[in-house]
Amino acid sequence: MKQYDIVIIGGGPAGLAAAVSAKKSGVDSILILERDKELGGILNQCIHNGFGLHTFKEELTGPEYAGRFIDQAEELQIEYKLNTMVMDIRADKVVTAMNSADGLFEIQAKAIVLAMGCRERSRGALNIPGYRPSGIFSAGTAQRLVNMEGYLPGREVVILGSGDIGLIMARRMTFEGAKVKVVAELMPYSGGLKRNIVQCLDDYGIPLKLSHTVVDIKGKERVEGVTLAEVDSKGKPIPGTEEYYSCDTLLLSVGLIPENELSGGMGVEMNPVTSGPKVNESLETNIEGVFACGNVLHVHDLVDFVSEEAAAAGKNAAAYVKAGAEKRKGGKEIMLKAVDGVRYTVPVAINPERMEETVTVRFRVGNVYKNCYICVYLGEERVLHRKRQIMAPGEMEEIKLTKEQLLQYADLKEITVKIEEA
Amino acid sequence: MFDYDVIIIGGGVAGSASARELSRYKVKACVIEKEEDVCCGTSKANSAIVHAGYDAAQGSLMAKLNVRGNQMMEELSKELDFPFKKNGSLVVCLHEEDMPNLQALYDRGVANGVKELRILSREEVLEMEPNLSDEVYAALYAPTAGIVCPFHLNIALAENANMNGVEFKFNTEVHDIKKIDGGYELITNQGVYRTKYVVNAAGVYADEIHNMVSERKIHITARRGDYCLLDKSTGNHVKKTIFALPGKYGKGVLVAPTIHGNLIVGPTAIDVEDKEGTNTTRAGIDELIQKAGMNVKNLPMRQVITSFAGLRAHEDHHEFIIGEVEDAEGFIDCAGIESPGLTSCPAIGEMVADIVSEKMQLEKKDNFIARRKGILNPDTLSKEERADLIKKNPAYGNIICRCEMVTEGEILDAIHRPLGAKSLDGVKRRTRAGMGRCQAGFCSPRTMEILARECNMSMFDITKSGGNSKIVVGTNKDTLGKGMLK
Repeated sequence: MKQYDIVIIGGGPAGLAAAVSAKKSGVDSILILERDKELGGILNQCIHNGFGLHTFKEELTGPEYAGRFIDQAEELQIEYKLNTMVMDIRADKVVTAMNSADGLFEIQAKAIVLAMGCRERSRGALNIPGYRPSGIFSAGTAQRLVNMEGYLPGREVVILGSGDIGLIMARRMTFEGAKVKVVAELMPYSGGLKRNIVQCLDDYGIPLKLSHTVVDIKGKERVEGVTLAEVDSKGKPIPGTEEYYSCDTLLLSVGLIPENELSGGMGVEMNPVTSGPKVNESLETNIEGVFACGNVLHVHDLVDFVSEEAAAAGKNAAAYVKAGAEKRKGGKEIMLKAVDGVRYTVPVAINPERMEETVTVRFRVGNVYKNCYICVYLGEERVLHRKRQIMAPGEMEEIKLTKEQLLQYADLKEITVKIEEA
Repeated sequence: MFDYDVIIIGGGVAGSASARELSRYKVKACVIEKEEDVCCGTSKANSAIVHAGYDAAQGSLMAKLNVRGNQMMEELSKELDFPFKKNGSLVVCLHEEDMPNLQALYDRGVANGVKELRILSREEVLEMEPNLSDEVYAALYAPTAGIVCPFHLNIALAENANMNGVEFKFNTEVHDIKKIDGGYELITNQGVYRTKYVVNAAGVYADEIHNMVSERKIHITARRGDYCLLDKSTGNHVKKTIFALPGKYGKGVLVAPTIHGNLIVGPTAIDVEDKEGTNTTRAGIDELIQKAGMNVKNLPMRQVITSFAGLRAHEDHHEFIIGEVEDAEGFIDCAGIESPGLTSCPAIGEMVADIVSEKMQLEKKDNFIARRKGILNPDTLSKEERADLIKKNPAYGNIICRCEMVTEGEILDAIHRPLGAKSLDGVKRRTRAGMGRCQAGFCSPRTMEILARECNMSMFDITKSGGNSKIVVGTNKDTLGKGMLK
């Protein structure tokens, strides 16, 4: 059986950043396993710009952003296998994978970085009633057809869901000659970034209907039209508000789901809120030496933060390999509690003895909050009270905690993150 | 002057089973199907259950063929290599006052010839299925009930018929039938075919086809059933097929594992006017969700990956009509095939073939091929065998559908075998590519490429399921600037 110090599952932005960072941290034996025919993951079909403002201080397209990391991986001579599907990972870190050239093979890893990304929620998961004709695409599938293959999936389009991919595709389909009639969003707020609503809908006069959903799909062979209706505060359609739109295409941008089938299979403990692994300050799962980062951990808005998170995971994986399990013992974990509008935190636990000088805690809020405060309590004491003009579920929030700060509290058992009104 | 000895109208399970059984004889037969593939109507959208046989009225043809079909299914699954499992079924009784209904079901089962039936106490049932409702009072246990892949069953029957010389014509819709001397003339959208005998296995349209030749009219109602299919992570929620006992609280819905490891919940029963009305409705799905929870607790309905609806071919008297039509010699009905039609199809095929062969005095072939090999599923191989397979054919190392782990090798097999797949749904029914949790989001562009390459088709002609169900409609910017060129 082949052996590597670190095996990285997935060669998208998270996997690449983790690999580069692990290599720079002094581990040589690294292998990236990528199921697609090239590195870069979903960035390869994100040909719009707006990537890299935080990381490179310039505006890049998705493929350019991926290219920066691919170049680094090549320079650092990091090994990778393309067109390779990981079939199974065991808790003892034996990875079973398959491709056409090598067949079915096993690899023993010392550490594993999970970086498989996410998939789109499908029509079925939403129970949208109606016929099942062609012309219903998840926004990402349409994006691939248009951006990578040059095919137009339809000419008259309704989009359900105002997630970022849906917003980006509203603009792209318009550029390519299609008419985007409307974007409907079930929630009373958009799930996407504000800048995308402005740049992708407002600039092209595409209406956004909040608190609306699709209640019927017409067309037996190809979509002929969809019926939208307004929904009440519980998300139930209000009778009498139905409005029919003739169209040949329905795009869905209704949420992303971390792809954790492999993680679950090896016994990694999941957070039901994020559908990603529960991790500690080192982005390590409940299985020692198994780390997670990027959209497989929790769905991000910006790839810059994926890269940052993944770099930390790669560095921590390298530290784990170099030190061995022994030296990392000691200290105890303080649990993070997400309450009062904070849906979850990543990480869910911090060991101050083991952490770097600072640790970034990322989270999302469950509703739209105006002029409220992000508050952090160490035990009973409030140590952060940061005013935010607006917070929305579509935008990830972060706070930083320092080692120095946490070590001041000897018997600290719990860190609470919450939203407080003025 | 005849094109065929027998034309079978309809490529669902009833038509395909009839074709397969007829192909044992020296006969020139053809199946005509209005869709682009077999298994496109009622046969593709149902509960996928092999019923034990206690439901149908005692002495009915339905009861007889159900029990016979159930007995034949296991052997047939080995002969034709399709997935089948005897997982057993439970009819759950929640209220003591409904016990007479449960007992009646037991008695009817015994009278119908169903073996091994038992009434279980609350304790016995809960031990068997811990996720059943806390309210459970007793249950009827039928160990002979099973689950099957309806697509593979249908496709296997059709492929085997085709291997044995039966022709299949797709996209061929019968518009009218005329009696001619010694047979019938079928007027279709693809031309006129003359045949000595007709088998009418047209599903929800079997009444229309029947009424073209007979004054003794029959009537079939399309009775819609909505279903939800849940992710494979929930496939172990119950092990047996869980039926509700019809009682004063109405008719419930079933919850069952599928042969591929998903969980299926359904069906509703809503009579519809439109014989193509396979649209789900919010009311239907809401009803399902509410009823499913009556017998099974903690159903993870958030794990639904798709919902769909099928149409039962409900004949007014709820009975199979199989036999020569009284005022239409040589015209054999195979109508009213609703549940337990899937279970009964091996016996239906046998019965139809008996009728036709006797009338026509057909001789058996000596070169009938009884066995058919299905599409190789690499998951069933050992690691060593799988490695060998990839060495011999690297396409088996290339995963196309990541949710169901379907390889390019399997898709190529599905396309190139007899009656091969021509559309995304054709590939899906044969290989499960696109049937998983992402519902073809990732794999459909790749499957399209393979179809285009292997069938020498343009990407613009690739469909989801034939007809106008095209996937892409043009190229980027193809309509822009056209005015400017003038």
